[in-house]
Amino acid sequence: MKKIQNPVENEKKEWQKQKKQQTRKTWLTIFSPVFLLLIWQILAQLNFIDARFFPPPTAIISTFQELLISGELVHHVSISLFRIFAGFFLGVLPGVFLGLCMGLYAPIRHFLSPIVMALMPIPTLALLPIILILFGIGEVSKIVTIAGSVFFPVVINTVAGVMSIDSTYLDVAKNYGASRKDFFFQVAFPGALPVMLEGIQMGQAIALLTIVAAEMMGARSGIGYLIWSSYSAFLLKEMFVGLILISFFGYIFSLMLKMLERKLLPWR
Amino acid sequence: MSQNPKISIRGLTKVFYKKQHSVMALENISLDINEGEFVCFVGPSGCGKTTLLRILAGLESQSSGGFTIKKSGQQRPSQSMVFQEKGVFPWMTVAENIAFGLNMRQLPQSYVKERTNYFLVKTGLSKFADMYPKELSGGMKQRVSIARAFANDPEILLMDEPFGALDEQNRFILQEELLSIWTETKKTILFITHSIDEALYLSDRVVLMSAQPGKIVDEVEIKLPRPRKLHDIRSHPEMTVAFLQIWRHLQGEVQNARQEDERRM
Ligand SMILES: Nc1ncnc2c1ncn2[C@@H]1O[C@H](COP(=O)(O)OP(=O)(O)O)[C@@H](O)[C@H]1O
Ligand SMILES: [Mg+2]
Repeated sequence: MKKIQNPVENEKKEWQKQKKQQTRKTWLTIFSPVFLLLIWQILAQLNFIDARFFPPPTAIISTFQELLISGELVHHVSISLFRIFAGFFLGVLPGVFLGLCMGLYAPIRHFLSPIVMALMPIPTLALLPIILILFGIGEVSKIVTIAGSVFFPVVINTVAGVMSIDSTYLDVAKNYGASRKDFFFQVAFPGALPVMLEGIQMGQAIALLTIVAAEMMGARSGIGYLIWSSYSAFLLKEMFVGLILISFFGYIFSLMLKMLERKLLPWR
Repeated sequence: MSQNPKISIRGLTKVFYKKQHSVMALENISLDINEGEFVCFVGPSGCGKTTLLRILAGLESQSSGGFTIKKSGQQRPSQSMVFQEKGVFPWMTVAENIAFGLNMRQLPQSYVKERTNYFLVKTGLSKFADMYPKELSGGMKQRVSIARAFANDPEILLMDEPFGALDEQNRFILQEELLSIWTETKKTILFITHSIDEALYLSDRVVLMSAQPGKIVDEVEIKLPRPRKLHDIRSHPEMTVAFLQIWRHLQGEVQNARQEDERRM
């Protein structure tokens, strides 16, 4: 028997307990990267790891401050972010459009599928020399490289998203006389959206991988260039600043996409 | 049969052709249905009931024969279908789902809103208007499906085992609600069911279909006066006779099908 006889009071207690547990979990999530850095710091200070190769986080932080004050960091980060965003949208928008067309119209799908399948396995980075020849060494070539690698997961997931729509929904749309436009915007697009967003998540991750590699190979600016040039000059603290920034942005971007997903799919 | 039926089906035949062999799903179906009539279709599984409704719904085309649905002159769609399951769009709210047919017809928003609200109230869904279907029970979702079809104000309604996936309690409640809306709107309804009780309770006439090829083999008039009570179909002697007639038909069809299968093996 429970001591308190008020059932609402009981449920309230239960609810508060669950709320507390939720908060605790959130703290754990936040604490875990801090914990990793702490271990790293201690190991470096106790000389268990070589501080020349793995400088302690405090040293990296002060280098971070120096780079920030000199303005160098802002320059590299902003140019990289610009390339990522431009390339991302240039890959996502045609990917979604083409994916919807392929999913909805069988002739287009049958014609384009083999081409997409054949091109997909080629890493866009392997095409970088050709891209450089075609678009020069300016910004366009980096943006095109990112767009190229974002495009494929988005197309493929959008097609899969359309194909995954239950045929009953298509029947309902037809039975109630949906026009081509209404069918596209009210049934096909929202129906395909969940799987499409998975593709966009993947595209985002690939965009980050690609930018670093592309900037290492053919750029004079950006986070990738910072990493590569610091490494070449054996400035490992600077290199780690670049690496940690990449991981930070990757984390922020996936959080943003998760939030976007919750906004776009309230019905899930 | 009346002189001027609402639906007139003549010699409707449907063959599904696949590699090597073809399936005769419907053979020479001819049937007249009156304005405002509630007709149930009963038959063994695979006898073509769904196919018949899908042809009438314009989702499948017949191999030969034809049908006409009489227009009442107004700007009405000829039919709306209530699907067995999964007919409610998960990405639209309850209200948006109910308004779907009206919106597809580009009707003025004030009218769409008014009609949607009317059927939200009618089906007891007002409180859930802005919720998404994931928050609803199976019975609630079927209410949405039914409200959407009635709100669309079609000439006839096609229902393919709409309550087939519900538990008994919910089924009773929805049957009653359906009858109440039907009494009010006087729609012509074609309703497929597996349940003899359901057919007896709801319909004016039960059409019995045979297993492959699907044919109409008999009809049973249900003369029980309305409004009906659920227990009438148990206590009324005429209903017992009707029940047995339909039951024997189904038994016979199932046995025939089994013998047919054995002969083929
Ligand atoms: N799209 C289809 N392609 C091939 N055969 C089909 C198709 N739809 C239905 N059939 C066949 O037609 C027959 C009747 O099916 P159906 O109308 O679903 O029966 P019921 O609804 O009475 O159970 C079955 O033998 C079924 O296998
Ligand atoms: Mg069926």
